[in-house]
Amino acid sequence: MEDEPKSDFSCPVPLPARDKVLLGHGSGGKLSAELLREIFLPAFQNPILARLDDQAIVSVDGLRLAFTTDSFVVSPLFFPGGDIGSLAVHGTVNDLAMGGAQPLFLSAAFIIEEGLPMETLRRVVASLREAAASVGVEVVTGDTKVVEKGSGDQLFINTSGLGRVPEGVNFSADQARPGDRVLLSGSIGDHGIAILAEREGLEFESPVVSDSAPLHTLVAAMLEVTRDSIRCLRDPTRGGLSSALNEIAGRSQVGIVIDEQAIPVREEVKGACELLGLDPLYVANEGKLIAIVAPEVAEAVLAAMRAHPLGREAQIIGTVHASNPGVLAMRTVLGTTRLVDMLAGDQLPRIC
Amino acid sequence: MKYIDEYRDERIARALVADLARRVTRPWLLMEICGGQTHTLMRYGIDELIPPQITLVHGPGCPVCVTPLEAIDKAIQIASRPEVIFVSYGDMLRVPGSRSDLVQARAAGGDVRVVYSPLEALKIARAHPERQVVFFGIGFETTAPANAMAVLHAQRQGLRNFSMLVSHVLVPPAIRLLLSSPQNRVQGFIAPGHVCTVMGYREYEALSREFHVPIVVGGFEPVDLLEAISLLVAQLEEGRAETENQYARSVTREGNLQAQAIMERVFEVCDRKWRGIGLIPRSGLRLRPEFAAHDAEKVFQLEELTAEEPAECLSAQVLQGLKKPTDCPAFGRRCTPAMPLGAPMVSAEGACAAYYLYRRQAVAP
Repeated sequence: MEDEPKSDFSCPVPLPARDKVLLGHGSGGKLSAELLREIFLPAFQNPILARLDDQAIVSVDGLRLAFTTDSFVVSPLFFPGGDIGSLAVHGTVNDLAMGGAQPLFLSAAFIIEEGLPMETLRRVVASLREAAASVGVEVVTGDTKVVEKGSGDQLFINTSGLGRVPEGVNFSADQARPGDRVLLSGSIGDHGIAILAEREGLEFESPVVSDSAPLHTLVAAMLEVTRDSIRCLRDPTRGGLSSALNEIAGRSQVGIVIDEQAIPVREEVKGACELLGLDPLYVANEGKLIAIVAPEVAEAVLAAMRAHPLGREAQIIGTVHASNPGVLAMRTVLGTTRLVDMLAGDQLPRIC
Repeated sequence: MKYIDEYRDERIARALVADLARRVTRPWLLMEICGGQTHTLMRYGIDELIPPQITLVHGPGCPVCVTPLEAIDKAIQIASRPEVIFVSYGDMLRVPGSRSDLVQARAAGGDVRVVYSPLEALKIARAHPERQVVFFGIGFETTAPANAMAVLHAQRQGLRNFSMLVSHVLVPPAIRLLLSSPQNRVQGFIAPGHVCTVMGYREYEALSREFHVPIVVGGFEPVDLLEAISLLVAQLEEGRAETENQYARSVTREGNLQAQAIMERVFEVCDRKWRGIGLIPRSGLRLRPEFAAHDAEKVFQLEELTAEEPAECLSAQVLQGLKKPTDCPAFGRRCTPAMPLGAPMVSAEGACAAYYLYRRQAVAP
């Protein structure tokens, strides 16, 4: 470089290859994808897994079943709007629902740290039972393990779910096509901020409540409108809206452009994100869904969503394009366009 | 949200841009000092909206970016001790030292915790009297008062297990260095609004007079920055060189006198090495000797560190506004937020990370 100034400019050497699992590997962003690609997929390679959707769709004697599993490690165990018990039901039910499936059965496995108050366990189990009952699924098998104090954080739960996929329903993240519309069922960031606020002891004028909810009836209402013009459903949990849409853009090799103005974010969530230096696009949700639908049915599906209690604030937030395949972009409030990338690691709070 | 939405209003922004287009007659090169401002410029594509005669370059105001390698190596050394709970602001965690970062130190067994305020570190110290709690006191004048307050509290409460690894930096000496350089191309500065909220802007008035350079104290929202750019261009076009305050809803000329008094009580000015720039005289803060019991550098016997850094990334020129991040051959290829070669790629406020995150050139319609 001809105009390179002469002072002791510094530059760090590249980081060594990562030889340990980092927290960021669980954040739902790029590191998680790396783990999947390098460790898990090569080990279990098969065509059903290769779809990489939130659930596996398997055929047994002509019957199409959705099968999924999810582990819950949320801390604190109880938070405004829910607890680890109800979350363990909603999370797995939603993974089934995103395949268009009617949830049927759940398993529940408890990994308990020695010393957990029995009363806490009772409350969690009662909440899990109530959530399952209100969804209309039964917990038909389970397991319990107790680990030494210090080997776990109070309580972890794993649930697996089995559901039935209706005729003609075939959702997958690789089916988005240019012209399709992107629908979002409501405000983003509520769950992540509710958890963070509880953890950090933040208080708001009106408290932020987790959106944790089972989405299968909302999906059923959408399926009443159309079965074959919905390309893909996703619940934007860890990694938030950005990770879910990036994944769809990548799997379908399409460009997705969303409109910042159209994305609903609650005032309290916006405020907390401003304060904490976080971006709501990356904050977790537990009761929202994204739908990629054909343009001709977008308004009808939107109307069906808005008629459902869990979709009252639904919006069309974007469009699928042929240009910039694999890229999620956003039209900002100023009318400029920018890229919305997947998270590189954990979302770290900024200092000023 | 009040005080946010009106500063992100497309109509007001467009009006300011139109006003700017009428005003500007010649090319001007401006620098925003603060990484938070860089972030907003990129996030909202403001460089795309303003007239092409105006070039924005990005200053050294990302505290995470300029924290010297040696300080991070020391932090990792301390954090790896079994008796230590190491407490830090979140965005320091992934900044690479010469061999590792704090995230990896945590994965290797170090007790590293993230807080939003140094006062939380005091709470941790009270709750764990058997452990040594060390807070990583970094940042500009913005974070210094709260850090000073934490040290004062620790002293008053007789908390013997609390110390701070201090690597504070000051903005005006860095602007002075840039302006003194024969290579300087910057014709006007947007001064950092948060720093000036604490310090006021008298120091900047002195710089305006001495170097005959216009400086505008600016906020962090799109409308703030457009207004600041507009004020700078007006001064340049009229041949004026003053310090003006765009961010009047937060900044006064005198600043926060109480905060300044606490800083003065706890810290003293020292020479400081800036990552990517080198040693800048009287550009840092360290603990005064009377607080030695809370000075992590004195509490722990640390190996003397001098980190060797091969000059392979352009962070130096980027931090001085001599190059844009996209001029770097490693940008977005060998250097990404997941695998940063240089500190400006790590923090969201780093210029390289802001360019990478919002890579608008990749999504231009």
